[in-house]
Amino acid sequence: MSVDMRTFLAHVELANPITTAAGCAASGRELAQFFDLHRLGALTTRSITMAPRAGRPTPRMAETPSGLLNAVGLQGPGIDAFLERELPWLAQRGIKTIVSIGGGTVAEYSELARRLADAPGVTALEVNLSCPNMEDRGRVFAREGSAAAEVIASVRSIMRYDVPVVAKLAPDVADIVSVARACVDAGADALSMINNPLGMAIDTEALRPSLAAVTGGLSGPAILPLAVRCVWQVHAALPGVPLIGIGGVMSGRDAFQLVLAGACVVGVGTALFHDPYACLRIERELEDLLRARGFQRLADAVGLAHRPPGSAPRHLLVDSEESTP
Amino acid sequence: MAGTPVQVTGTVLTTRRVDAYHALTVVAPGIAERYRPGHFVSVAVGGAYTSMVTRRALSIHDVKADYGGTVELVFTASGPGTSWLAERRARDTLDLVGPLGRPFPLPRDPAHCVLVGSEYGSAVLFPLADALLARGCRVDFVLGGAGAERVFGAMRARRIAETTTLTTEDGSLGLRGKVTDALPSVIADTRADAVYACAPMETLRAVTAVGMEFDIPVQVAVEESMACGIGVCMTCVLPVIGDDGVTRMVRACAEGPVFRGERVRFEDVGTIPFDALGAPGGGARHVS
Repeated sequence: MSVDMRTFLAHVELANPITTAAGCAASGRELAQFFDLHRLGALTTRSITMAPRAGRPTPRMAETPSGLLNAVGLQGPGIDAFLERELPWLAQRGIKTIVSIGGGTVAEYSELARRLADAPGVTALEVNLSCPNMEDRGRVFAREGSAAAEVIASVRSIMRYDVPVVAKLAPDVADIVSVARACVDAGADALSMINNPLGMAIDTEALRPSLAAVTGGLSGPAILPLAVRCVWQVHAALPGVPLIGIGGVMSGRDAFQLVLAGACVVGVGTALFHDPYACLRIERELEDLLRARGFQRLADAVGLAHRPPGSAPRHLLVDSEESTP
Repeated sequence: MAGTPVQVTGTVLTTRRVDAYHALTVVAPGIAERYRPGHFVSVAVGGAYTSMVTRRALSIHDVKADYGGTVELVFTASGPGTSWLAERRARDTLDLVGPLGRPFPLPRDPAHCVLVGSEYGSAVLFPLADALLARGCRVDFVLGGAGAERVFGAMRARRIAETTTLTTEDGSLGLRGKVTDALPSVIADTRADAVYACAPMETLRAVTAVGMEFDIPVQVAVEESMACGIGVCMTCVLPVIGDDGVTRMVRACAEGPVFRGERVRFEDVGTIPFDALGAPGGGARHVS
């Protein structure tokens, strides 16, 4: 018996819940060397910016225990090259594409949304709110509910109604639920969490910070518990909002944790650096775990860990009733 | 299809020490048959439950058709990942992705080629030498290292090349000095048409300068630290001038590791040159 792995990101149906994490799959071509991208629930692009960006100097990467620090600095060719070369490539192949956008001002996000509003092939728009706000002394949008809400409201008003707007939240905040609520109130159709928390490593040979940018985003298995906690808290507070769970997913079991915490889509990032086939493997492992536990549909497992202690899972009750002669 | 990378579980056939370095011969049929000189592989280290999440990019020293296709990887144990690799024994399995990167371009007609290698960077030059010899090229080697035990492949170079010049910084083998000290006279003596080099960045810069002095092309294979090796993580970038004259931060793994020496802005490696495409000041600023 196969498990129905279909899931809904707002009103958009995805064939399975696995997507790539922004910034971990470029724009798809590199992974397409290894497997058919149609086998992903969706592909999430790197964060697209208005102008081309050269990013940060090297070294941009440092391995840490069960993690990876990175400070790439949103290197990319900019929206024009994305619309000209990368998005059409994905659209022609009919690959479900979540386009991630990043900017330094509300106007920049709005302009990016405007450019993408008419572009074919945008399945959903993920708003990377972890960029410093140039109008507000460099404070990161995602750290303040009002700043995040302003971006989301502006982007939502511009995007077509059939393209869900997803707010990507950062864990480096005192109260992620309040930021999540502000984004939903501003019109976010779904939330994605977590972006990389900030970390730092020091090279004990060179006696200097390991990264040229000093601090960087921490990813990998080290942050999975942080992601599970954030997804759990936000799902508990806003149970109706679709969540994309991201952070240190290396196996189907990790993805299952995020699903049980409340995520209906799971993003895979650093695992792709380790194993280009990680998305397919994780999807298969997740399906096996669901099947072994008697689930017929992925949807039945979403947020299931929130049920009160002692209560039997709903899907198992249905199962036992059906099997009673 | 040649060039398309695959992921395979390879079995270690032999392990050996070569001078100061480690060499692992791994049965990896899919990779061996796709390999071209200059390609590299990435290897998962630490086993299934490791805390090391990034792969290690290793150069391929040799590819043989025996046992269904083997690749020989050469590396130095410099950290926990490569130390783990150095402990692998025959019949252990390794998770490999490859072949990765762009290989060395080969001359269309028989040419005189000088191959310059420093430390274990020399490893990638041997399959290149075989390919050049097969095309009727003349091959001369200049190999160097800090000391005699750090010069890789001197014996094999002597066997296959027209001439082999060895240099060590401590004078324990061959000429005292660096490979670039010996290079001009080798180029002059052999009337070289092209130079191929694999070495640390500083040496590549000097090799390129020598090549430009003689007005002959230099192909360099850079050694940059990489997290993914397949072009998605964007951590192994360096400033390279494109055909259009524009400097871009390009990935050593996907656009390289082989570049034309004069196109690489060696003095700016580790920085974002102000005139690079998308450099701060040219576009949106302060976005992380």
